[in-house]
Amino acid sequence: MEIFEILLSASFWAAVLRIASPLILATMGELICERAGVLNLGIEGIMVFGAFAGWIAVYAGLGLWPGVLVAFASGAMFGLVHATLTVPFGLSQHVVGLGITLLATSSAYYAYRLALPQVTSPPRITPFQPLNIPVLSDIPFLGPALFSQTALTYLAFASVAVVALVLFRTPLGLALRAAGENPAAVEAQGLSVTALRMGAVMVGSGLMAVGGAFLTMSAFDSFFFEMVNGRGWICIALVVFGAWMPGKALLGALLFAGFDALQIRMQQTPMGAHVPYQVFLMVPYVLSILALVLMSRRVEVPAALMVPYNRGER
Amino acid sequence: MTGREVVLRLEGITKRFGKLTANDAIGFALHRGEVLALLGENGAGKTTLMNILFGHYTADSGTVEVFGKMLPPGAPGAALAAGVGMVHQHFTLAGNLTVLENILLGTRPLFGPGLGRAEARARVERLSRDFGLAVHADAKVKTLSVGERQRVEILKALYREARILILDEPTAVLTPQESEALFATLKRAVAQGLSIIFISHKLHEVMAVSDRVVVLRHGKVAGEVATAQTDRHLLAELMVGAEVALPHPAPGIAGATLMELRDVSTPAEGNRSGLCRVSLALRAGQITGLAGVSGNGQGALADLVSGLIAPESGALLVGGAEVSGWSPRAALAAGVGRIPEDRHATGSIADFTLTENAVLEGYAQAPFSRRGWIDWRRARAHAEAIIAKYDVRCPGPEARIRLLSGGNMQKLILGRALEATPRIILANQPVRGLDIGALTYVQERLIAARDAGAAVLLISEDLDEIRVLSDVIHVISAGRLSPPFARGSKTPAELGVWMAGQGFADAA
Repeated sequence: MEIFEILLSASFWAAVLRIASPLILATMGELICERAGVLNLGIEGIMVFGAFAGWIAVYAGLGLWPGVLVAFASGAMFGLVHATLTVPFGLSQHVVGLGITLLATSSAYYAYRLALPQVTSPPRITPFQPLNIPVLSDIPFLGPALFSQTALTYLAFASVAVVALVLFRTPLGLALRAAGENPAAVEAQGLSVTALRMGAVMVGSGLMAVGGAFLTMSAFDSFFFEMVNGRGWICIALVVFGAWMPGKALLGALLFAGFDALQIRMQQTPMGAHVPYQVFLMVPYVLSILALVLMSRRVEVPAALMVPYNRGER
Repeated sequence: MTGREVVLRLEGITKRFGKLTANDAIGFALHRGEVLALLGENGAGKTTLMNILFGHYTADSGTVEVFGKMLPPGAPGAALAAGVGMVHQHFTLAGNLTVLENILLGTRPLFGPGLGRAEARARVERLSRDFGLAVHADAKVKTLSVGERQRVEILKALYREARILILDEPTAVLTPQESEALFATLKRAVAQGLSIIFISHKLHEVMAVSDRVVVLRHGKVAGEVATAQTDRHLLAELMVGAEVALPHPAPGIAGATLMELRDVSTPAEGNRSGLCRVSLALRAGQITGLAGVSGNGQGALADLVSGLIAPESGALLVGGAEVSGWSPRAALAAGVGRIPEDRHATGSIADFTLTENAVLEGYAQAPFSRRGWIDWRRARAHAEAIIAKYDVRCPGPEARIRLLSGGNMQKLILGRALEATPRIILANQPVRGLDIGALTYVQERLIAARDAGAAVLLISEDLDEIRVLSDVIHVISAGRLSPPFARGSKTPAELGVWMAGQGFADAA
């Protein structure tokens, strides 16, 4: 069977980690927002803008890491707009989020046309290169599969640990989780629900933008329209799949990436010659929906998710 | 008593919401080591006053002084920092966090590193031992009972080294046993030098637990007395401003049978018992009382009468004719007036105005609807009429109903049901959580409706209420209905035997 050959190749597993990286970063961003009680549907657009901002910054002469910072800051800026409208003003999080996605996506395309009016194919940058971790990358099979990734992939995995630690081991994380469950409990302790939620949305949006930037600065070396291609929406589902827990969400991202890497390789097998390739493209999504159905039966949704909080109101 | 140190002083607190003056120049002092009861009906201004003390509202005028220092108005942290802890009527706990996490919330600098769980756990365990507040520190709050959650709230305040504890209607959600445990905790706290404000509208609790009583009425201080020098009657008078007499109605005169159940069964739902071959006749001019331990089929019977469910087997007769296609709409058309058990969940829509809530059942028919258009002017006039006739205290007919206290909400629901002149009235726990004023009022209205020829089905877990008001009593147990007992023919103990399900075996 071809499928076993695929699963036994180190390059397959390396691809899984690579495909999962932007999903992990953006999913952590969304998870932070939702834990604090704000659904951020701006994710798709913020990823597009982050992909553009990081790439153009490097193209303009900045280093790769400053480029990542530019992407983060641009995401945080859209997060600020989102949070201002949804938190103090208490507007519908659905409407604002979709608005942010449209705004951020078209801003990125517009800025692209302004910056590069004449080009037909976008210029390339030198992206992050694979970083062989000493000793570990020499282990047969596991080395090339897991430890020859770019710095941004390692960053994505580190972000999961950081988010989990902050959420469950610090006073800040405690206050964030309470803000998403019962904001009145936070207010009763003299803490500001508004500041907590706005901060969460800004940092979360920054992470989403870095997730987008992974595409232009690590996975590829250039910016194309449509390159985010619905990954933001997948991340929304991954947060639910992960039951708002960072570790489980990571698992979900790896699972989805696994299906995706598998379907690409299955297209090249003899079976791929008979089955239309669109069927293979569907596989990760269909399996994700199935997994979502099975996993999200008994999850605990943050009780105050999507509920605006107004002081002094009962 | 007066020689003791004053720990909290309120002076001239005034707060208006629109046209309603919720607090009118309220002032009193709390001394060290005493339990001060703040007594008043729902809507007398107790909760508003506490929200001002805690900075959730800003008073229009007046000052709050804690341990000799003025509190800045409208700053939620100030009272906490000054050593005042509050146990709200609606708990401010996050259900997804553990007990320990809820207690820790806000006690450490936000951007500090760890939570210091181990140290905190030791302190919480010591406090819970010292004050008799047994609770598991690592349990998630959502898994706790209401009584346990309240203990967490008290622990939260004690953990923050509160020297003044304020409890807003703490027993409203507790079982009698839990209330006793709470009172014991309060006694321990006072013995250790804490001062307590106990907000309540239940006279017997106030008499049992307090040293001094401040009575609020219509937002003003109506009186201040030492508990030892007063009694329940005096307090009740101060509270409602007139002598209170609980209704003791004359027996009703039974007329025709308006609704009849013949061998009706309905399926059980979850923890809730269904009905098991129930036969029941509701007669004009009678209050039929349904006694029983909650969850024994009262819910199913109430849903059946109000049209939410139809019989699975057996027959339902209205006005002598068997009905088919029984639905909420059909029940309304048949003249069933409904006072549901949960006024928040099923009796009203919180974010709708009083006007909208007042026509929830009649909006689709004349006079509120003409050719498919709602006549808002008439709806509003209807709401205003209910507000005036049923003494609903509110900012106005365009206010959202969630702003009303439970008693005033219930009066509006009562008015909505009775103004439609129903022939059959379902009153499911009509006075639960109401203060004396509202309670007597609601009961008197039900009696008046009975005397006007309506058939009333009264469902209550309060056996005294059932025995005083009902002309006929049935007991429900595990979905089975006892035979009818005439007024006064059974003692509470005898009814208790049926409630425990034993009478059924003997009868069979």
